[in-house]
This record gives sequence, C-alpha cells and structure tokens, in this order.
Amino acid sequence: MFVTSAFAQESAPATAEGNTHAGTTVPAEEHETFPPFNAATFPSQILWLVITFALFYLFLKRVVMPRIGDIIDVRNDRITQDLDHAARLKGEADAAVAAYEQELAEAKARANAIGQQASEAAKADAESTRKKLEAELEKKLGEAEASIASIKAKAMKEVGTIAEDTTSAIVEALVGGKTDKAEISAAVKSATR
Amino acid sequence: MAADKVDPIHQFQIHPIIPLHIGGYDVSFTNSALFMVVTIVVASAFLYMSTASRALIPGRLQSVSEMAYEFVGNMLRDAAGKQGMQFFPLVFSLFMFVLVANLIGLFPYFFTVTSHIIVTFTLAALVIGTVIVYGFAKHGFGFLKLFVPHGVPGYLLPLVVAIEVVSFVSRPVSLSVRLFANMLAGHITLKVFSGFVVSLSALGAVGIAGSVLPLAMAVALSALEMLVAFLQAYVFAVLTCMYLNDALHPSH
Repeated sequence: MFVTSAFAQESAPATAEGNTHAGTTVPAEEHETFPPFNAATFPSQILWLVITFALFYLFLKRVVMPRIGDIIDVRNDRITQDLDHAARLKGEADAAVAAYEQELAEAKARANAIGQQASEAAKADAESTRKKLEAELEKKLGEAEASIASIKAKAMKEVGTIAEDTTSAIVEALVGGKTDKAEISAAVKSATR
Repeated sequence: MAADKVDPIHQFQIHPIIPLHIGGYDVSFTNSALFMVVTIVVASAFLYMSTASRALIPGRLQSVSEMAYEFVGNMLRDAAGKQGMQFFPLVFSLFMFVLVANLIGLFPYFFTVTSHIIVTFTLAALVIGTVIVYGFAKHGFGFLKLFVPHGVPGYLLPLVVAIEVVSFVSRPVSLSVRLFANMLAGHITLKVFSGFVVSLSALGAVGIAGSVLPLAMAVALSALEMLVAFLQAYVFAVLTCMYLNDALHPSH
C-alpha cells in the first residue's frame, strides 16, 4: 500500500514529521499511505477489539476481580480481628490494673483505719490515766489543805492561850497580884482582832 | 530492509495474518488483532497468576495486582462515589487493557494497538455509550439536566446549553484522540531517533561518534514513553470515571 520504494525511503522521514502534526487534522491526502486512517482496516479492528475486550471484561469481572476483592477483604477482616483482639487484651489489662489499684486503695484505707483506731485508743488510755492521777492528786491536795487548816486553827488557838499566859505573866510582874483570867482573855481577843 | 527501519510509519501498518471476509467486510485476523489477543492474555495471565496463592501477606507481583485494583477502585470511588462502583469492572478492564497495550507496544517490532484511532475511538464510544444508556435508563429525560447547569440566568441559558452539548459531544473525540495521538507521536519520535542512529552509523567513524546523541535521545524517550504509557492509561480511566459520574449525577 506504500508508494514506490525509492521515493518512500527518501521521503518517509520528512513526510512523517509532517504527519505527526498535520496527520490528525488533514488526513485526506495521506489516506492511502497513513495506516491509522486507512478505513479498510476499521471493520476488522473493531470486530477483534470487541471480541478481545469483551472476553477480557468477562474474565476480569468473573474471575480476577472477585479474587482480588476477596484477598483484600480477608486481609481487612484479619486486621480488624487482630485489632479487636488487641483491644480486648488491652481492656483486660486495664481491668487488672484497676482491680489492683482498687485493692491497694482498700488496703491503704484499712491501714489508716487501724492506725487511727490505735492512736485513738492510746489517746483515750492516756486521758483516763491522766484523769485518775489528777483526781488522786486533787484528793491528796484537799487532804493536805484540810490538815494544814486544822493545824493552823490549832496553832491559832494555841497562840491565844500563849498570849493570855504571857499577858498574865507580864501583868503579874508589872502590877503584881492576881489577875483575872477572863479579863485577860477578852483583852487579848480584842487586841488580836 | 535497512530502509524500513528508518520509515517511522511502517510500524503502524496492518497486515492480515488469517484472511477473513464476512458480509463483504474485511475482518481478517491481523497483526493488530494478534496484539489485542496478546494484550488480554498477558494482562489476564498476570492478574490471574500473581493472585493465585491468595497470600495474606502479598508478594511483589500480588502487590502489583492489588495496587492496580485499589488504584482504580479509589479513583472511581473519588470521582463517582459509592454508586459508581457498579462500573468498577468496566473501568478496571479499560485501564488494564490500555495500560498493557501501551506497554506491550514499547517492545521493538511489537504492534501498538492503541496507536490506531479506531481502537481508541471504539473504547471511547464504549464509555460514552455506557454513560448515555445508563444515564437515560436511570434518570429518563432527567439525564438531559446534564446540559442545563444550575444557577445560570435565563438569557444565558441557550448559549450555556449549546456549549455543554458541544463539550459532551466532543468527549469521545478528545478521549480517543488524546490516547491515539500520544501513542502515535511517541512511537514515531522513537523510531525517527532510532533511525538517525542507524543512518548516521552508516557514515563511518564520524557518523558512529555522532550517533551517540540520537541514541541517548532514544533511551531518554523510551523512559518517557514508559511514563506516557502509564499516564495515558490513567488519564483514560480518570476521564471515564468522571463521565460515569455525570451518568450517575446529571444535575451539577
């Protein structure tokens, strides 16, 4: 379908350069020589393209694509499964940690309570001991005060008799004679008041 | 046939392998048809065998298959939402077919199926046909709301509707021409630079030294073409997703 061989060999590179630019828009003159625009080959190409592409389409749709889709689905399922598994394990670990922490908190609370109780008991004990001692001391103090008061009263009474005796002795020495005991006692009483 | 190597158009020629005529049409099994078969066999075999072990932890090849699957899946979900996933097999087949056809075309002496406009146009027509059929089946005449954007003042409406219709009609054209032109231009440039290497080295010592430059260029272009092969498959799939989104949600 090409022109004479000598001419074709010489001119082909030159015309081809033109063809790439002009060929798509002005194919009329090159119709015979430019194969892509040779309409005689169209029916055969269309027919075989339709046949081959239809077979290819069916094969991909029926066999290849379900298979690749399956592979990807299985993988995604597996990944989701593994992620679920990991999440479940993590949940279990979290629960264990929470249980441990709760137990720890409980033990701490218990320890605190025991400590509190012990310190309260000790405090109460100390308080009662202190109160007992204080009461005892109070009693002893009271007794002591009472005995002091009685001693003082006795002493004061004795002071009166000593003063009367001394007064009567002094009066006897100074005045001479007998002194009236009742008179002296009244005088001492008024003087010491 | 040294001259044929320099002829960059030769690689696009179609010749029958098994001549076949049905109803006056030439439907021979050609080299193009052969490479369509090669494309679907390679793509199917790769996807089938790489996933055969159904490994939970994928190997390299299985990773590639899964990546392609999820790549297209995410692309479709982002563009057309969950409803769009019913078109997943279509978009995935289109992406894999175009990608593998482009990559196979990079082998020397191999035919590039997607370098023929009729192939890319047929694929684009399949996409637009799906959009139109599904759009009308799902929304009835509500599908025509696609051409009437919201919030446009009445006096602008005829103009906007005309623009929307033109843009919709040009979609299959742009979709097919983009892929076709990229593959065609890429292969022609590759061939031209490789041809320079051959014809320069025929000139003797100076020519061989000079041919290093186009050789380096051809190597760089091969790398670029690898990128383009993937990129065009991606673009084709992305645009398919967006057009399908229009079929699902015509009022925008």
